[in-house]
Amino acid sequence: MGNIRKYIDKIKPTFSEGGKLSMFRSVFEGFETFLLVPNETSKPKGVHIHDAIDSKRIMIMVVIALMPALLFGMYNVGYQHYLAIGQAAVAGFWSKFWFGFLAVLPKILVTYIVGLGIEFTVAQWKGEEIHEGFLVTGIILPMIVPVDCPLWILAIATAFAVIFAKEIFGGTGMNIVNVALIARAFLFFAYPSKMSGDNVWIRTTDVCGLGEGQVIDGFSGATPLGQIATAPDATAQITDAAGQAISTWDAIAGFIPGSIGETSVIAIALGAILLLCTGIASWKTMLSVFVGGGLTAFLFNIGGIESAAANLPWYEHFIYGGFCFGAVFMATDPVTSARTECGKYIYGFLIGVMAILIRVLNPGYPEGMMLAILLMNVCAPLIDYCVVQSNISKRQKRAIKK
Amino acid sequence: MADLIKLKKGLDIRVEGEAEREFGQAALGDLVGFNPDDFYGIVPKPALKPGDAVKVGTVLFYNKKQPDVKIVSPVSGTLEAINRGDRRKILSIVVRNDSKMTQESIKKPDLNGSVEDIKKALSDAGMFAFIKQRPYDVIANPSDTPRSIFISAFDLAPLAADYEFIFKDSQSDFQNGIDLLAKIAPVFVGVKNGTKTFANVKNATVTAFEGKYPASNVGVQINNVQPINKGEIVWTIGAQEVVYIGRFAGKGILDFSKNVALTGSEAYSRCYYKMTLGQSLSQILDSNICKGSNATIISGNPLSGSETTQDSFLAPFVNQITVMKNGSDVDEFMGWIMPRFNTFSTYSSVASSFISKICHGRKYTPDTRILGGQRNMIMSGEYDKVTPMDIYMEYLVKAIIAFDIDKMEALGIYEVAPEDFAAAECVCSSKMELQRIVRDGLDKLQKEMC
Repeated sequence: MGNIRKYIDKIKPTFSEGGKLSMFRSVFEGFETFLLVPNETSKPKGVHIHDAIDSKRIMIMVVIALMPALLFGMYNVGYQHYLAIGQAAVAGFWSKFWFGFLAVLPKILVTYIVGLGIEFTVAQWKGEEIHEGFLVTGIILPMIVPVDCPLWILAIATAFAVIFAKEIFGGTGMNIVNVALIARAFLFFAYPSKMSGDNVWIRTTDVCGLGEGQVIDGFSGATPLGQIATAPDATAQITDAAGQAISTWDAIAGFIPGSIGETSVIAIALGAILLLCTGIASWKTMLSVFVGGGLTAFLFNIGGIESAAANLPWYEHFIYGGFCFGAVFMATDPVTSARTECGKYIYGFLIGVMAILIRVLNPGYPEGMMLAILLMNVCAPLIDYCVVQSNISKRQKRAIKK
Repeated sequence: MADLIKLKKGLDIRVEGEAEREFGQAALGDLVGFNPDDFYGIVPKPALKPGDAVKVGTVLFYNKKQPDVKIVSPVSGTLEAINRGDRRKILSIVVRNDSKMTQESIKKPDLNGSVEDIKKALSDAGMFAFIKQRPYDVIANPSDTPRSIFISAFDLAPLAADYEFIFKDSQSDFQNGIDLLAKIAPVFVGVKNGTKTFANVKNATVTAFEGKYPASNVGVQINNVQPINKGEIVWTIGAQEVVYIGRFAGKGILDFSKNVALTGSEAYSRCYYKMTLGQSLSQILDSNICKGSNATIISGNPLSGSETTQDSFLAPFVNQITVMKNGSDVDEFMGWIMPRFNTFSTYSSVASSFISKICHGRKYTPDTRILGGQRNMIMSGEYDKVTPMDIYMEYLVKAIIAFDIDKMEALGIYEVAPEDFAAAECVCSSKMELQRIVRDGLDKLQKEMC
């Protein structure tokens, strides 16, 4: 450790103000605190014992929690591709994973390079340390887009979201809506043909020469929710790319077409366990999203509406689309969610309700999670206002009574 | 029997370095002094010049804004120096002790006298310097009529002095103090559940508390017993200061001695010392700090205390001196991912926190590093988890930062003191300086309102 410290101290003046490379001061500081815990000590009149947690560790924990879903997502991209070209049985585990890895990696690189580039620039410009929030946004964003989403669009969306949803509000911790979801909403509304429909969820072409082959006859790239939304009858037959029926187990395990990271309930559950055990995500929000969603879907089940979406058993709403992913990783974002403990129940519950309402009642959007969370992000301050106001009224009443 | 209030929220940090329950020897020393900043909220005006003779009880300085708040000498001798810093700010007022302890003749307060007489007697004896007020958490104004007076008779801060031990022989003085204060306003005493020392307190409303730090903070106790409304003034006074008043009320003498715990991992012989207010800390710290250690000396507990130096003087309001590892020389590699077995945390993502949930009673040797960079508020609910008050801390802090007076009032600014935010500041993952923010906010608010 001593050597690292010595080396950092040696090159520090070059990056400090007045140094040759002072334009990279924020980057240097970022790497310094990345390598060594800052050894700045407490202020004379402040607390002298600090919790070892800091925002770096919190963000990294979320990134680690996302890993199972990301790795499974990569595998599933390959699996879906080989299914589409009729070689699912022939191709091995590693060739599927490798295909998915090569298809997804450029997306991760693009979001990180664009997003962190903006973050570094803003930090340098404002003379602040680099905020770690984008570490999470940068990994979530590639996971919530279809695999065929072009890189240049992803780059534009990232830049738009980081600048307009975050930096102009003051950076990490100040944003009103979830940055990754704003990027996705931007893509969704600005480039609908690249973000929805039946042809974006499964990569049918090869990646770097890997996985060459002709798409089989009868291929359909529609997601289960897409199939449900367009089903002519009151009950939908959900099939995979090769036209075979998808079992509930397939959907839970995640072998269905969809956005890269959202398909596997099991992988997401692993992340959820980590987030809940480390106390980083709020169980109150997470649980109430499921309660709200389940309850609404159940009401539709017994409500007698003749559509496939309304008749989909309530628990199956959780396993298709981005419901679980949204509930675990996006609704629980502490910055944009309700901040009062009581508010978290209401906030989560309403996300669940809205997500299912949009899925069932709006034929235009087969998936409702993104819009539900964004809507509730905007409403979260209102929920908190009401909760805090009750405390304020109590205080005022107490003063009048005296 | 006293009412019992159980508080679930709180913060329990087990820190290595508690004081042994025995007394060490410490000489009073030649120089005794005060730092006027320790009496928060007063503008010091010296009453004497260097060279003047001083007795126990002679006024050394007083509050320029409120001359009834006097700070008297705890020893007799001569005034040695008035040390000033930038813009003639008084840094310390030092008395050379002649070891005779000659007392100034000050009239003993009459228990049957009027409130004004009692206040006058307390003021003459310099006791008003020890009474603080809410709102603003500043030294009280003797001309105010408080709604009530609150006393906390225990301390749960990390390494805090055991009040059962240090006040074992002061029970009658404590009672005398309460008897006198009860003439001014109703007195409320918060005691630890199961206390022996303070079990028989009379003339006051006694409430027993069970919980973790900061349940021992008087602010938390007020909030749970009889919260402060706008326009009300509540006086708060420490148990030690009640004992000073009791000694004065009972025996008519001024005796500013107190038992102080020397704690912390870097202190060599950790035990209790009989000290006098203003005594030089070098009397207990010289050759008592572990050799070669890069130590930070804290006047008070590690959460709400303030950093001090070895040659400074024993401050009012504290019964504890903590010597902690400084930590500025520690290089920790990639702390954001390492399991970290020896650092305190409330988050289970840090291995030590996870382990301590399994094996209780595990102790830490923390240092004073902040362990992270300052960020905007990210995590929610962190503050409320460790603060057993009916106040939305996070929203109050935001209102203070924005200095929105209406919001601050509505959210309960009049009920808090910086120390009530110490636990929240400790666990804040964004490393915000909450105590400083609250202190600045209270100061600005007071300026605005008065």
